[in-house]
Amino acid sequence: MSGPSDFQPTNPVIKWIERRLPIFGLVHSSFVAYPTPRNLNYWWTFGAILSMMLGVQILTGVILAMHYTPNADLAFRSVEAIVRDVNYGWLLRNMHAAGASMFFFAVYIHMFRGLYYGSYKEPREVLWILGVIIYLLMMATGFMGYVLPWGQMSFWGATVITNLFSAVPYVGDSIVTLLWGGYSVGNPTLNRFFSLHYLLPFLIAGVVVLHVWALHVAGQNNPAGVEAKTEKDTVPFTPYATIKDAFGVSCFLIFYAWFIFYMPNYLGDADNYIPANPGVTPAHIVPEWYYLPFYAILRSIPNKLAGVIAMFSAIIVLAFLPWLDTAKTRSSKYRPLAKQFFWIFVVVCVLLGYLGAQPPEGIYVIAGRILTVCYFAYFLILLPLLSRIETPRPVPNSIADDVLAKYGKKAASIAVAFVVAGGLVAGGAQNARADEQETPPSQAWSFAGPFGKYDRGSLQRGLKIYKEVCSNCHALSYIAFRNLADPGGPGYSVAQAAAFASDYKIKDGPNDQGDMFERPGRPADYFPSPFPNEQAARAANGGGLPPDLSLIAKARSYERGFPWFIFDFFTQFQEQGPNYVSAILQGYQKRPKEVTLPEGTYYNKYFPGHAIKMPQPLTNGQVTFDDGSPATLPQYAHDIATFLMWAAEPQMEARKHLGLQVFVFLIIFAGLMYFTKKKVWADAH
Amino acid sequence: MATLWPFVSQMNPDASTIAAGAPIEVDLTPIAEGQDIKVFWRGKPIYIMNRTKKQVEEARSVQLSSLPDPATDQSRVKEGHEQWLVVIGICTHLGCIPIAHEGNYDGFFCPCHGSQYDSSGRIRQGPAPANLPLPPYQFVSDTKIQIG
Repeated sequence: MSGPSDFQPTNPVIKWIERRLPIFGLVHSSFVAYPTPRNLNYWWTFGAILSMMLGVQILTGVILAMHYTPNADLAFRSVEAIVRDVNYGWLLRNMHAAGASMFFFAVYIHMFRGLYYGSYKEPREVLWILGVIIYLLMMATGFMGYVLPWGQMSFWGATVITNLFSAVPYVGDSIVTLLWGGYSVGNPTLNRFFSLHYLLPFLIAGVVVLHVWALHVAGQNNPAGVEAKTEKDTVPFTPYATIKDAFGVSCFLIFYAWFIFYMPNYLGDADNYIPANPGVTPAHIVPEWYYLPFYAILRSIPNKLAGVIAMFSAIIVLAFLPWLDTAKTRSSKYRPLAKQFFWIFVVVCVLLGYLGAQPPEGIYVIAGRILTVCYFAYFLILLPLLSRIETPRPVPNSIADDVLAKYGKKAASIAVAFVVAGGLVAGGAQNARADEQETPPSQAWSFAGPFGKYDRGSLQRGLKIYKEVCSNCHALSYIAFRNLADPGGPGYSVAQAAAFASDYKIKDGPNDQGDMFERPGRPADYFPSPFPNEQAARAANGGGLPPDLSLIAKARSYERGFPWFIFDFFTQFQEQGPNYVSAILQGYQKRPKEVTLPEGTYYNKYFPGHAIKMPQPLTNGQVTFDDGSPATLPQYAHDIATFLMWAAEPQMEARKHLGLQVFVFLIIFAGLMYFTKKKVWADAH
Repeated sequence: MATLWPFVSQMNPDASTIAAGAPIEVDLTPIAEGQDIKVFWRGKPIYIMNRTKKQVEEARSVQLSSLPDPATDQSRVKEGHEQWLVVIGICTHLGCIPIAHEGNYDGFFCPCHGSQYDSSGRIRQGPAPANLPLPPYQFVSDTKIQIG
């Protein structure tokens, strides 16, 4: 891509092809001989990381599409079928779902790096704008992808985001109808989003080729921000950059694998394990974390149209960056003021992200407005102003000089910025915590942590409780009798599972006479539901709907709040669901005097709003166990919560087991890459 | 341009969706005084409430100037059918679905952010900016309405 190649093949076959299509020369000049600045730091490996992530997303996405059904009635169940029944389906799904977050995480670092080192400045304006286009396409792709599982957050997120277009004057409503293909988000919407979600990544790949092309024409920027002049300033891409990128990628994979194998639901929303329901809105509609700063900007402006314009402007303004920042010095390393304001800007973005996840009330709205002003002021006022008033420090004469110079203050300034950011977030979190609900107490679970396994006895007791008590009202429709004999499950034999199934009457048919009939259950059958449909279930339960319990341990959660959600990442705490289930069963109390309850409800300490329609289902001594476990409510609560966790996450043991192997491999691989990199670079430093 | 049109037009609601979104008729006879039903029209929940005398009186006795989004109760129901309130049950705050017969105003209560609407579907308290919108509807007979 950068001029005629000096590639001289010796192999006759390659020679033959090369004369007709110089593809090997192209690869050689772009990724082997291509001169790359000697002083690139690890922030520059995120380009390679992003290329890998795009590949991973396309590969896993194409495979998932082979098993996924884009129909409003079937989509949710097909995703569960992927996770439960497809071989390694849980792995592919986790890779794809966590991969989207990793992709955005990497792209934000890539963008902030470009911002800090002035990578958008002449002659790299087109390169930068292509990057902004990729980012926009990524946002569209990510949004549509999040709709596909067709959970509550998918549905309502799609409703809120598509409704943004209704703010357009005069034709807004027509545009929204056009997007929906109906009068509300529905099956046509899901179908077209699936089609576009499949298409857009290939468009991204196309723009990435242009991005790389533009990069190889202009040459890479570098931390010093001075152009490479002589041979001494550069090293060939291979092996120097290749091995450094390989090390960066392997470190990133460790981070990525942590989510895939140990924290697959950490970045998601519990509400998305509830199937989409157009009749019920989740209490807080929150987009994925990577859209939160823009969501905060949208909500901080009281006028709907102005809010939408502000949100889109917040992204579009990036494309004008090359002309807003006119400073001659590229790298913020040599711009004392720009450097400080850059870190303040990073903090502003993080805080906007935090606010985007909070309810739009009180102090959060005011803080959101202030930060929105800060966001735009950085681009529209500060950067143009700085280039006029700031006196930059002298830049090194060449990249080679930069490599030889020592600089040590960097780490200190980054540390200060992080402390400031942490303090601000903490300060923000302390405010406006008025109607705090009592959170369920954390319990000790055998399945917690990286080596966690389900307690077989507890699973079997939980199954007994479900069968004798819960199943009178609650369905368990994603679990088949065969699952009782699955590895990592309650540990029954295939024969025991078949015997268990034969106790149930399953409706089948029609037979040759055209009649439905009942027959004993088979292992392939699913647990029958206690009610034929939602209306019957509501009618029998005073208007309340007993939820299906298959996913309840993942569909219920509670706020962990700052700073706990950060610690949770390291401790792998993700047992909010079982804690909640267990707490609800033990949370029935006498109604306090000052509380009034609607008719037909009961007071429960841990139920949001305290008024629960379900009467206390379990009391001491209600179910007896054969294994001598105490017939007490705490024991019941523990066992049923364990059982429901297994029902929600039946492949957890396989996941954690494979995770350990992958981690051992990745750590060794990253170590090898590190030492190879040191060896390769020994003479270049 | 004409070549492009089919590629844009196909995205609009198809024939079956339009047919399903045609006006619907709702029989009011099963709804006793003080009760309500929720029907779906074009994917939107529509509350039909048979208001009690007390509810109507409450809705009419309120000072208009004290309302965040002033509108008379008369303008929100059909003349001669004062006890019937027909509103789209989508909170004007962030699109949640309020619960009927809850809250301090004998009307609707939105569980998401605590907006309260009165027995005329008007916003009285909470973050929502506007009253619950009215769907297009008319009385076909005394006991039947057509929505749409």
